[in-house]
Amino acid sequence: MVWEKVKSTIPTGDYYFSGDEAVVEGAIAARAGYFAGYPITPTTEILERISVRFREVGAAFMQMEDELAAICSCLGASWAGAKAITVTSGPGFSLMQEAIGYAVMTETPVVIVDAQRAGPSSGQIRVSSGDIMQAKWGSHGGNEIIAISPWSVQELYDQTINAFNLAEGYRVPVFIMAEEVTAHLRERIHVTGEVELFKREKKAGAAPFGTEEDNGVPPMPAFGEGEKLLVTGSTHDERGLRKTVDSLAQQKLVTRFYNKIVHNKEKIIQYENYYLEDAEVVVVCYGFTARSSLFAVEGMRQDGEKVGMLRLKTLWPFADGVIRDVGSKVKRMLVPEMNTGQVVGEVMKYASCDVIPYNQVDGKIIHPSTITEQLKGIL
Amino acid sequence: MVKDLEQYLRPGIGVTTYCPGCGEAILMGLILRAIDDLQLNMDDMLFVSGIGCAGWIPSPHFNADTLHTLHGRALAFATGAKMANPKLNIMVISGDGDLADIGGNHLIHAARRNIDLTVICANNMIYGMTGGQACSTTPLDAFTQTTLQGNPYRPFDLSKLVKAAGAVYVARYSVTQPFALMNSIKKALQTKGFSFIEALTPCPIQFGRRNQLDTPADMLKALASKCIMKGDAGGLSSEELADKIITGEFTDEAD
Repeated sequence: MVWEKVKSTIPTGDYYFSGDEAVVEGAIAARAGYFAGYPITPTTEILERISVRFREVGAAFMQMEDELAAICSCLGASWAGAKAITVTSGPGFSLMQEAIGYAVMTETPVVIVDAQRAGPSSGQIRVSSGDIMQAKWGSHGGNEIIAISPWSVQELYDQTINAFNLAEGYRVPVFIMAEEVTAHLRERIHVTGEVELFKREKKAGAAPFGTEEDNGVPPMPAFGEGEKLLVTGSTHDERGLRKTVDSLAQQKLVTRFYNKIVHNKEKIIQYENYYLEDAEVVVVCYGFTARSSLFAVEGMRQDGEKVGMLRLKTLWPFADGVIRDVGSKVKRMLVPEMNTGQVVGEVMKYASCDVIPYNQVDGKIIHPSTITEQLKGIL
Repeated sequence: MVKDLEQYLRPGIGVTTYCPGCGEAILMGLILRAIDDLQLNMDDMLFVSGIGCAGWIPSPHFNADTLHTLHGRALAFATGAKMANPKLNIMVISGDGDLADIGGNHLIHAARRNIDLTVICANNMIYGMTGGQACSTTPLDAFTQTTLQGNPYRPFDLSKLVKAAGAVYVARYSVTQPFALMNSIKKALQTKGFSFIEALTPCPIQFGRRNQLDTPADMLKALASKCIMKGDAGGLSSEELADKIITGEFTDEAD
């Protein structure tokens, strides 16, 4: 992997941004060259700001006729050599699923921000965390992808940059599973002067769709480099030639897609612990709910309760290792979610302790006092 | 394919997948002849195609960058590629079902935006690859796998549709008018903005056999007699024109 250090595009310092604004600046810092989107609450503001900012930095902006066109044009742009990003919410996310599978199958880097709102369907423009399972299972066939759960405006900036690095490094779609409240939240963030970016690896004449190792990432050429690329969503060999009745080719390709993410879990997964040294009950949480959880946990610590918190910053691939580890040391885990239970099932799969869900689906954030109440009930 | 055009074919691809008598195979030859006549560099080109028999014209046959997309989305992928790298000379080759049914929305918007693309729509008036179902260009009363009693719906006039959407160059020619079609492809390649060519490419196996045109030769003869150049249509009555297909360039018209 080759990394390069570049200057940040806005001067080092503190800024008062909304989550949506931070995504724009993060994309620019990551040197994104193409954005396509469709207006949808709560990410419309990203389109509006990026339509101006991208012109300022010489990157391409397109407002497309629907979300299918938005994501598909991002994939075309990625193969034309640009780092590409699109943003949406639930209804648009559903429209993008076929193209997400195409990105996995063709190993096309792309960043997709889903600022989740209350579904199903048009639902409400209030908040939820209802699309977590969809990020992994929404597209048919079974796809290994990377999904990140930011909890602050600072993370909407930093993790957008990280998402590009992961997308480019693993040649995979990377999802930023934001929530409406963070997209619309205004907070002070700090921008550092230097950003580390993954450089797309080029190797003239190399096979663009296969590696010697069964978990490798091939170099990524672009159109216009004389490589005579054959990009297709059908099953293919390492040169891109269609192999639609070859069982070995199917197995080899799908296995490498799985391995390239799952075998590199340790390098991809990020999480944060709080007070786990002596905790007996741990809140396992993500996204904005983790902010309420931390407030609740700190309050209870002050009262002498042995509670702790594990915040999952990466949701896919799932952090089974740390869940198994923490689960073997504590009595209970509480998993609060703004959905009917999506991550809790994964936690239950790997934790040997009791796992208790708390599910809230009223379009509102889970208040710290609710988490405190839930924790008191299971101590 | 004549020896001179072999340089445009991907090495190792010895045969096409086309049925005997397929109009799209004729179109493939005309496209390559047009590119050869203009002496275009294949290294500067990008061919984008959708799902369906026509989508296989460039992929895997052409020796150039090729992007075989999702069904109906060729124009969306092509728009992204063009905006990210305007230096790419992009030709979109796809079928009528792919471009005008599932892809219809992207077709009218790409035309409206006047994205600098050359789009060749192989119109065989049927969904061929999946075995011959009706689509938006299937003639009224035609027999297909999903219209066993005859198609109850009227077809699009694709050229009129795309012209209304804003394309700067629109033409319709049949593979039975090969020189006119080839010259039109050359003109489209040299036109800046959204160019659209509706190429009538008969499908003997899925369309012809079900509509009393039993052999490829029957289909080609029927198509040849149906097609009438714009200039020659002027003198005919509406009854005479009823079962004709008017071919020619459409964007020079006053309306």
